[in-house]
Amino acid sequence: MAERCAVVGVGQTNHTSCRADVSIAGLVREAVDRALADARISIDDVDAIVIGKAPDMLEGIAMPELWLAEALAAHGKPVFRVHTAGSVGGSTAIVAAQHVMAGIHGTVLTIGFEKQSDGNAMWALSVPIPFGMPVHAGAGGYFSPIVRGYINRSGAPSHIGVMVAVKDRTNACKNPYAHLHEPDWTLEKAMETPMLWDPIRFIETCPSSDGAMALVLMNEERADRHSGPKAWIHGTSMRSEPTAFAGREQVSPRAGEMCAEDLWRKAGITNPAKQIDVVEMYVPFAWFEPMWLENLGFAERNQGWRMVEDGLTEMTGSLPVNPSGGVLSTNPIGASGMIRFGEACMQVMGKAGEHQIDGARKAVGHAYGGGSQFFAMWLVSSDKP
Amino acid sequence: MSEADGILRVRQPIGVQYRWSAGPNATSHLQGLIEGRLIGKRCPGCELVYFPPRNGVCPKCARILGADVEVGPRGTVTTFCIVNVPFLGQKVKIPYVAAQILLDGADISMQHLIQECEADEVRIGMRVEPVWKDRSEWGPTLESIAHFRPTGEPDVKLGAEAGAS
Amino acid sequence: MRDVAIVGTAQRPSQIETNLTSVELILPVIHEALTKVGIERSEVGFWCHGSCDYMSGQPFSFVAAVDAIGAWPPIVESHVEADGALALYEAWVKIQTGECDVAVVFSNGKTTSGPIDRILTLQADPYTVAPLWPGFDAMSALQARVCLDAGVVTERAMAEVAARSLADAKNNAVAYAKGDHSVDELLARPYTVAPLRAHDCGLPVDGANAVVLAAGDAARRLAKRPAWIRGIDHRIDTQRLGARNLTESNSARVAAQHAGVGHDKVDVAELLAPYTHQELLLRSALGLDADKTRINPSGGALVANPAMAAGLARFAEAAEAIFAGGADRAVAHCTSGPCLQQNLVCVMEGE
Repeated sequence: MAERCAVVGVGQTNHTSCRADVSIAGLVREAVDRALADARISIDDVDAIVIGKAPDMLEGIAMPELWLAEALAAHGKPVFRVHTAGSVGGSTAIVAAQHVMAGIHGTVLTIGFEKQSDGNAMWALSVPIPFGMPVHAGAGGYFSPIVRGYINRSGAPSHIGVMVAVKDRTNACKNPYAHLHEPDWTLEKAMETPMLWDPIRFIETCPSSDGAMALVLMNEERADRHSGPKAWIHGTSMRSEPTAFAGREQVSPRAGEMCAEDLWRKAGITNPAKQIDVVEMYVPFAWFEPMWLENLGFAERNQGWRMVEDGLTEMTGSLPVNPSGGVLSTNPIGASGMIRFGEACMQVMGKAGEHQIDGARKAVGHAYGGGSQFFAMWLVSSDKP
Repeated sequence: MSEADGILRVRQPIGVQYRWSAGPNATSHLQGLIEGRLIGKRCPGCELVYFPPRNGVCPKCARILGADVEVGPRGTVTTFCIVNVPFLGQKVKIPYVAAQILLDGADISMQHLIQECEADEVRIGMRVEPVWKDRSEWGPTLESIAHFRPTGEPDVKLGAEAGAS
Repeated sequence: MRDVAIVGTAQRPSQIETNLTSVELILPVIHEALTKVGIERSEVGFWCHGSCDYMSGQPFSFVAAVDAIGAWPPIVESHVEADGALALYEAWVKIQTGECDVAVVFSNGKTTSGPIDRILTLQADPYTVAPLWPGFDAMSALQARVCLDAGVVTERAMAEVAARSLADAKNNAVAYAKGDHSVDELLARPYTVAPLRAHDCGLPVDGANAVVLAAGDAARRLAKRPAWIRGIDHRIDTQRLGARNLTESNSARVAAQHAGVGHDKVDVAELLAPYTHQELLLRSALGLDADKTRINPSGGALVANPAMAAGLARFAEAAEAIFAGGADRAVAHCTSGPCLQQNLVCVMEGE
């Protein structure tokens, strides 16, 4: 029933803490223009635009896609806005793909962005709600007790978090678009960085970034006529669960497990650790790498940390995770999910430059949001499904 | 206003005022806090007790929560973190402990501060009790409780789900 | 394309203000929609929600809504930062891919909890327009002025829209403003934001609603007379008021063409027109003849305008008209942005 869909162009901004050199429209067009150039089409060839970003309080503009329509040359075209919290970059790409798979549009441009420096990100992420109890702990304060739960139950040694952090920051040095370029981290130096929300250290925390990501998707007929490399979508999946309920499993949420199970089934994957060549997963705090390895089915319960310790998730390992440097090195919230999805495409298109995993044919993009309750994933391949 | 590389940046504060409602199904809980009591609510479907009664709804059953249930005052730490980040307007001296506490009789943990002990003394399974502010400061908010402190009781051994919720 | 229909709807009776939280608002309409259609939560393949953080005054405000739909075991769910009508569009697309057969779309807006005119101003260009705080009513009034000066609308025609809507609303349980008023009586009232009068502007209310979509045989099983979606399309225009012809809505016209409005007669058209002059512009853009088509028999957004839910309410009303047999072919419309900037048009038919 569904048509095939491929990503034929990828573009992203040079992410950094403050893009004082561009307006929001300029930021978005930087990614868009690069994606269009990569796809070798003009903006007039775009049939529809699907755009996603996180809470509008981050920039102080309500529903900015309305104002951005002009900058996107969208007069007379469909523009659609997705907002699913932190997973939004991923779910936006999925909604865009669905427009193609449903046979409605042949060429869809999808964008994820955030210009956090325009507002006050810390405030926007934790606006005090009346009658509530502010513990002023922020996102790190929300997730670190859960990380403590993982360490407690898995028996993981305390250096696992910094191993992931050093890996991602080192990988980011091979990614010209990444926000943080910090080549001098060692495990020893990392272990000395202060605890921010014990057990999460300073180095294990993502930055706050301005950035945008854009993808050009085409249906099979047009993609076949396109001579450049393509990332064929083999499956997409989304799952959600409530933020808090009695007995909720917070460390490895069922929604994440089901999202992955659904994706593996759709894409014909029976042994993820063996059949997937590279994973771009949403790791804003380093300990989420071993946690998500288990949650997504790459490792058995309580064993994810061993994959990290054995170096399997390094670029040279058997399952490279986040060769782009990941969310730990770049985090414009509305774009981060799409950056994961887009980096997965770049890998199978052979366009990842210095952080290319040689021979990558099957890659997974993963995004999550809210209180680890919204999950979005896709699997892309250089081969048609 | 600032200018760099010929680009002008202007900070425009945006102020919007909202009228916020806690909703009728949270009223007994909030009224309880005004009176120094810990009132949760039971779901008529799954019978689990929610404290606080988030949105007045059981998220599993999608049902309005029903009967009021007094919980606590004591509880058990299910997980926690030690906050070491300076925040604008921070009232508590860092490092301080933000913890998830499962009050006796409740089926879901709540978030609050742990004080009156060293941060590194806090453990999963530790028994704690609320320290209320001065009665004159009690209001419809969990801020009526200043913090929780250890009771000195033996730790509770939580199962494999420790740290999960 | 798969045949997809609306098979059930639920709307919360409007009142000017409610003390219910958004979750308490949404929960009963979901329950009512599922009950009317006769399905369990587990039979729903996709849930899609429309709402706006700035309406709610809280970032991530939609996250709480997940509590209202019982997302356990985990569900397939998504959210648009827009009116529920756009959420319906996403659900329709999802069903077209074959990923599911039954979807529930819902939306909510506590329009009275914040200064709606000020909030909607935040949609404007953040560099050159929003800092002037023009006000959403004022921008619409600007458009009304242009239309009056161009002779495209008259104040009398605008008042007639209001009088008709208020009278029709007497039959609508979910409308608040209702009653019999003569056109002259309305024209005698003072301007609020000239050339608009109070009755020319939609009444902000708190509301929530839900619509159930189903494909093919599932639709036939769930509804006696499904409201089949025969065409649906949305388009956007540039936002800049100075860059477009404000006496028309280009995107509404284009969307209506793609949705196939003009292919056959239209019995009922539920148009989201929060301002009377905009109903007149939309009639033109969609090619509707008010003598042949009943326009907003519900009273439309003039009598109840729950922001972010008012568009989905039009879909609910149009579908109900088909369910009841009062219409064989109906149009539902939603708009977003200043002066009819973005428009979604849908054509529905009963079999």
